[in-house]
Amino acid sequence: MGIARALPYIARVASIRVKVVTMSGYLFRLFSVACFLLFGAPLAPAAEANDPWPGLVQDIFNNRPMNDGSEVIGIEMPARAEDAAIVPVTLRTKLSPGDGRQVLSITLVIDQNPAPMAAKFQLGPDAKVSEISTRVRVNNYTDVHAVTELSDGKLYMIKTYVKASGGCSAPAAKNADEAKGRLGQMRYRQFAKAGEGPASGIREAQIMIGHPNNSGLQMDQVTHLYVPAFFVNELRLWQDDSLVLTMEGGISISEDPNIRFTYVSNGAKRFRAEAKDTEGHVFQREWKMDDSGT
Amino acid sequence: MAHPAVTLAAIAMLAAATASQAQQQELPVNSVADGVFVYNGQTAQMTRENDGAIANVGFIVGRDAVAVIDTGGSLRVGRQLLAAIRARTNKPIRYVINTHGHPDHVFGNGAFVQDGMIFVGHANLPRALAARGQFYLDAFRRTMGDQLIDEIRIVPPTLLVSGTLNLDLGGRMLVLRAWPAAHSDCDLTVFDEKSGTLFAGDLVFLAHTPVLDGSIRGWLAVIGELGALPAERVVPGHGPVSEWPAALADERRYLETLATDVRGLVARGAPIAAAGTAASAERSRWELFDDYNTRNATAAFSEIEWE
Repeated sequence: MGIARALPYIARVASIRVKVVTMSGYLFRLFSVACFLLFGAPLAPAAEANDPWPGLVQDIFNNRPMNDGSEVIGIEMPARAEDAAIVPVTLRTKLSPGDGRQVLSITLVIDQNPAPMAAKFQLGPDAKVSEISTRVRVNNYTDVHAVTELSDGKLYMIKTYVKASGGCSAPAAKNADEAKGRLGQMRYRQFAKAGEGPASGIREAQIMIGHPNNSGLQMDQVTHLYVPAFFVNELRLWQDDSLVLTMEGGISISEDPNIRFTYVSNGAKRFRAEAKDTEGHVFQREWKMDDSGT
Repeated sequence: MAHPAVTLAAIAMLAAATASQAQQQELPVNSVADGVFVYNGQTAQMTRENDGAIANVGFIVGRDAVAVIDTGGSLRVGRQLLAAIRARTNKPIRYVINTHGHPDHVFGNGAFVQDGMIFVGHANLPRALAARGQFYLDAFRRTMGDQLIDEIRIVPPTLLVSGTLNLDLGGRMLVLRAWPAAHSDCDLTVFDEKSGTLFAGDLVFLAHTPVLDGSIRGWLAVIGELGALPAERVVPGHGPVSEWPAALADERRYLETLATDVRGLVARGAPIAAAGTAASAERSRWELFDDYNTRNATAAFSEIEWE
């Protein structure tokens, strides 16, 4: 989406939100801190009063109609974010084996976060990915939406609600030096899938990427400029040369992005991952399928 | 008999004075050693009702000057701490030391802002306050309300500590030490050599479930070193003033149990969503366990899975 489209939206919701278009045209809103500084009034109450979802449907999904997704996809999150920086989320496809439609993509939206578009997963055409788990930051009490595009060309939406964490938990780095030190490390792990023998071909695996995934919302105390956002914006996973999964990610994905997923093996001997970040780093690694260590 | 208008004016003045006194009432502090005073915070979450006074805060009086150690969870608590100091000494307050960046320890800093005041913290504290300060103000507005939150300002340190730093209050040396990531990534301890009192901040919890916001492996390593400090007593961040180093035993056991259980979960391939089952054997031994244990286990999981 372009700036031209963003302007009417700002007027429509009548709240002051700075919009920045980055990441293949996806939209970031840097509101809370910036507006506090500009106008001296925190926006948390305004954010609660306005439901951002209609605006997000326009910005992220081009106002396409949303169908009920309760038969298509499930979303699991804890009712309360325990650690604001690491909230587990699991997306699970629910199409019956006889359903002719395929899941093309799943988009995860955390409505009240500074960058609501947390991730868009595109599923490889032959990998039959049935479950994806990751970890996100949750800044506030918020609806979380999962929107699935099926091969019938329609969008299917479900949502859940997460309460913000209490205490001194924050959606920021706990150990900022350690996070930098791990930059670019990648690990692959394969799990035994309960109840499924190896013959079924169903595999559960995990990719971990060491990266601070900085939000860019912190201000440098000396210069009073915002520290630039620095995060993994693209991840691609293959078995041999067949695409399993891609993720376009944003700053709502937790530090050290971690994707755990269930798919069907094509008998491949290698698993391959490539991640890119906003500073242009490319991290690549491949593992033999039996290598589930580092 | 006084004119009614005069009486009314007198009543109004009295009411104003009472209101102002309520604002300035003293935080109830105990003397734990000669010249060392501590307010023992409630074991609770910060709320409107408790003014955010949940952390231990204190001050140390030397021959020439006073040092404040943490300022409480609201400007109101900070002012009450200031009143408690002024009720006991007229010596100038020279230093305000923050043991780390959590709101229950720093929200009262604004009460001490004046020309020449030196705010002291870990070299990482400015970064932590920059990353989290505004978020904390927004988040605690919900539980503490506009009246308490509106007046709070985040006040970063002006004197930074890496390694150790000595502050002389006049015949009284305070030894400050900055630690690697443990409870948080900006933990600072204050040791009063004269009385053998260690202000440990949230590196030490008693009764209140320890809160992990830094590194579990780092914290266990720091506990090992802390135990060797020649203190007689500790003022923990939360919980009663206690004998040293016996006060470390409960926290060490909790963190070791948590780390061991989380390692087991990671080894078995459990998902992070199951982390909250770790350390369940500790539930009966701590207050606020259900508020913090799953959070601690989640943080520990995300660290230990990289081992």
